[in-house]
Amino acid sequence: MDELIDKLKKEVITQLNLEDISADDVNPDAPLFGEGLGLDSIDALELIVLLEKNYGIKIEDPKDGKKIFYSIRTMAEYITENQKKA
Amino acid sequence: MAYINGIGIISPQNTLPGSGFLEAAVEHNTDFLRSVEPVYKSYIDPIAARRLSRLIKMGISSAKMCMQDAGLGMPDAIITGTGLGSVEDTEKILGELTKEEKFLNPTPFIQSTYNTISSQIAIHLKCHQYNSTYVHRCFSLESCLLDGLLQISDNPAANILAGGIDEMTQNHLTIIRRLGLWKPEAIRNFDLWTNNLPGALAGEGSAYFIISGVKTDTSYARLEAVETLYKPGSTAETASFVNEFLSGNGLSSGDVDVVLMGNNGHTGHDRICNEVISRAIPGTTRVLYKHLCGEYHTVSGFALFLASNMIRREFIPPSLVTLPSIPKKIETVLIHNHFRDTDHAFILVRK
Amino acid sequence: MPSRIFVTGLGFISGLGNNVQENLSSLLNLHSGIGPIRQIETSLKAELLVSEVRMSNADLLLYAGLQGQAGYSRNSLLGIIAAREAFKQARLNDHRDLRIGLISGTTVGGMDQCEKYYQDFLTNNSRNDFIEIYDCADSTEKIADDLGLNGFMTTISTACSSAANSILFAARMMKAGKLDSAIAGGTEALTKFHINGFNALKILDKQPCRPFDAARNGINLGEGAAYLTLETEETNNKTGNKVICELVGYGNACEAFHQTASSPDGTGAYLAMKKALDMSGEQPDSVDYINAHGTGTDNNDLSEGRAIENLFSKKIPYVSSTKPFTGHMTSAAGSAEAIISILGMLNGTIWPNLNFSNPMPELKFEPVAELLSGIELNVVMSNSFGFGGNDSSLVFKKHGIH
Repeated sequence: MDELIDKLKKEVITQLNLEDISADDVNPDAPLFGEGLGLDSIDALELIVLLEKNYGIKIEDPKDGKKIFYSIRTMAEYITENQKKA
Repeated sequence: MAYINGIGIISPQNTLPGSGFLEAAVEHNTDFLRSVEPVYKSYIDPIAARRLSRLIKMGISSAKMCMQDAGLGMPDAIITGTGLGSVEDTEKILGELTKEEKFLNPTPFIQSTYNTISSQIAIHLKCHQYNSTYVHRCFSLESCLLDGLLQISDNPAANILAGGIDEMTQNHLTIIRRLGLWKPEAIRNFDLWTNNLPGALAGEGSAYFIISGVKTDTSYARLEAVETLYKPGSTAETASFVNEFLSGNGLSSGDVDVVLMGNNGHTGHDRICNEVISRAIPGTTRVLYKHLCGEYHTVSGFALFLASNMIRREFIPPSLVTLPSIPKKIETVLIHNHFRDTDHAFILVRK
Repeated sequence: MPSRIFVTGLGFISGLGNNVQENLSSLLNLHSGIGPIRQIETSLKAELLVSEVRMSNADLLLYAGLQGQAGYSRNSLLGIIAAREAFKQARLNDHRDLRIGLISGTTVGGMDQCEKYYQDFLTNNSRNDFIEIYDCADSTEKIADDLGLNGFMTTISTACSSAANSILFAARMMKAGKLDSAIAGGTEALTKFHINGFNALKILDKQPCRPFDAARNGINLGEGAAYLTLETEETNNKTGNKVICELVGYGNACEAFHQTASSPDGTGAYLAMKKALDMSGEQPDSVDYINAHGTGTDNNDLSEGRAIENLFSKKIPYVSSTKPFTGHMTSAAGSAEAIISILGMLNGTIWPNLNFSNPMPELKFEPVAELLSGIELNVVMSNSFGFGGNDSSLVFKKHGIH
C-alpha cells in the first residue's frame, strides 16, 4: 500500500501539473479538495483520466469521485480493491 | 479617441516592467522569436497556475502588468484579441485524437477555447464587467480597440483593458512553413532585412492596454482611431483608404510623422506595405520593427507599445530600423498591418 | 438619442431544418433534432446523442451551389446558407450602398476539416489547401465573399455566447453610426474535437437532455448556423423592409467564477439579464418569455434558475429551454435561440421545454412543458451563457407595441 501511495503522489503531481509541490509535501490522509491542495472539479476529471489510463479503472459518474478522491489514501484503497476485481 | 493609460507587454524583447524602452535588443537565432517571459509566480498563484497554459499565463501576467502600470485595481471591461488562440492546447488534443479518442484530458480542451484568456483574466481580477474575445486574424486586436472606443464614447470615465495575444509553437511553424509563408530555417533576427530566404519571421507576444477617456499622469499617448479594410482591389485603393482615414481624423498625409510598417520579411507582403505607404504618405519616416518581435496576428500590440512610448519619450530606439532618418518630431504615428492583402488594419496614435 | 435597432431578416439552419420555415415547422410539430451521430466518425458514436444538420458536407456544397469548390469547412457552408437567407429577406442586394457589417461568432472554425488532416499537415504536403481554413476568421470571410460584402467584419469567440455577443456588438456599431445595417449571428459545425472535449468534461447526456429537470444529466450537442439582419431605424426608412421585431436591450457580463462553472447564485447571468432589461426600458414583469440557456447541466440550470428568480422576483415569466429541440449549438446558440424566441413571439407560441418531468427542488418555478398557443407575447428575452463565464442576454420587442 505504501508503495502505491508513493507512486500515486507522484502521478497526481504530474497529472495535475502541481509544479511547486514535491511528493514529501503531500500528506496521504489530508483532503485533496477544498482545503489542503484546494483542487476543484476539473482536477477531479483529470484524476478520473489518471485512474483509467494508469490503472484501467473506469469511473462512469463523476459524482462518485468525491469519495474516491477524498485523499491519496482513499484513492490507493479504491485502486487496490478494484484492480483485484478487474 | 481615448488615452492609453497603461501598458503591459510580454514579447521576444526585454519589455517586462522595469526594462526601459528597448534598451538592449535581444538577438534570436531560432525558428521563431519566442517571448522573454516573466517569473509567472509574481503574477499568478502557483496552485492556480497548474492548469494554465503558457498562453494564458502570458495573457494574465501582461494584463496584470498593465493594470499596475495604470495604477488601477479593476477595469470596466476586459476585451482580448487573438488570431489563433491556444495553439499548444489545440495541438495536444489533435495529437491525442489522432492516436485514439480515449483518455482525453479535460484541461487542454478548456484551455483551447479562444475566450479562455479573457475569462481567466476576469477570474483573476474578479471582474464581472463586459468581457469579450475577437478572433479575426489581424483585425483581432483592432476589433478590441474599436469595441473599447465605442464604450468610452458612451462612458468617458471607463477604463477598458484591451489586449492582443498570440503564441507560436514548433508544430504550427512546421505546418505553415509548408505554405512558404515562414522562413524555411532559423535566421538571426537582426539580419531579417538583408536575408534572402523567402518568407516572414514568425513571432509571438501578449500586449494589454488600458484605454480611457480620461487623461492621467500615466497617459502615454492618444489612441485616435482604428480602421480595418477588407479585400481592397489594389494598392491604390488601399492608399486612398489611408488618406480618407487620415482626413476623417482632421489630418493630411504630411501630418504623419512616423509609420510603423507592416513589413515582416516576406517579399510579396512587404511589397504591398511599401507600395501602400509610398502612395498614401510619401516622404514620411518608416520604421521597421518585426525583426524584434516577429510576425503574428496580434503584432499590432507590439506596434502600439512602440508608438505609445515613441510619442511619450519623443525617442526612437536604435534597435528599430528608421528610414530614411529620425524625424524632427514624433507626434503622430500610423500603424499599418495586413494579412495577404486581404485584411488591412490601421491604428492612429497621437500625442 | 441612440438609434433604434430593427430586425429585418432571419436565416437559420439546424437539426430542425435548413431554413427558418423548416425550423418553425419542426418546433410547431414538436420534432426534435436530437438523434444518433451520423456525419462524424468517432468512437463515441454509439454512446452520444446530438442534433445534426441532415446533410453531409458534399450535400451542403450541392445545396449551396458550391459543388466542386475546395476549401469550404462545414462551418463555412452552414454559415453561408443561413447568412444568405437573412441577407435575402432584408433585400440587401438592392442596397449595397449601405455600410453593411458582418459579425459572426464561432469557436470550432475550420476544425471539422483540419482534425481529419492534422497528421498530414505535420508530415506531408497533400492537404495544404486546408491549412489556412483552420482559424475562426475563415468562415466569416467565406460568408463575406459569398454575399459580396467587403465592409466592416469581425469574428467573436466567447464560447456559447458568441452569437449573442455578435448581435450586440453589431447593434453597438450601428448605434455609434459606424454601420447602417449588419448581418450578425454565428455558425458551429459538430467536430470530433469538441464532442470529445465536452465528453472529457463529463457533461454530455447519453439520453435526450432534460433542462431544468431534477434528474437532468447534461448536454446534447448540436450544430447549425443562424443570422439576423439588423437595420437602424434611419436605414429602415430607406429600405422600407418589413420590421420583424426590435432589439430593445442587450447585456454582457462576466461570471468570473471558474473556467467551466457558474457561481451558485448566477451572478453573471443576473447581471447580463439586468443590463439587457435596463437598456430595454422594460420592467421585469413586462417580459413575457425567457428562452433560457438551459443546457441541462446540474450547474447551469441551477445557476440560471436562481438568477431568473432573483431578477424576476415579483413575477417569473414563461421560461423554457429549446435545447432539447436543437441541441446545444454552442457558438451559434445565441442567434439560433434569438430566432426561436422571435418566432415564438410572432406566432403567439411558447415553445415547450421538452423532456421535462421533475421540478428542481431548489427552484420555485418550472419551465413550460407543453406547447402553448394563442399567448400574447410582446417582450421576449434570450439567454446565452458561455464557458468562462461569458454571459449575454438579448431582449426583443414586438414592433408597433408601446
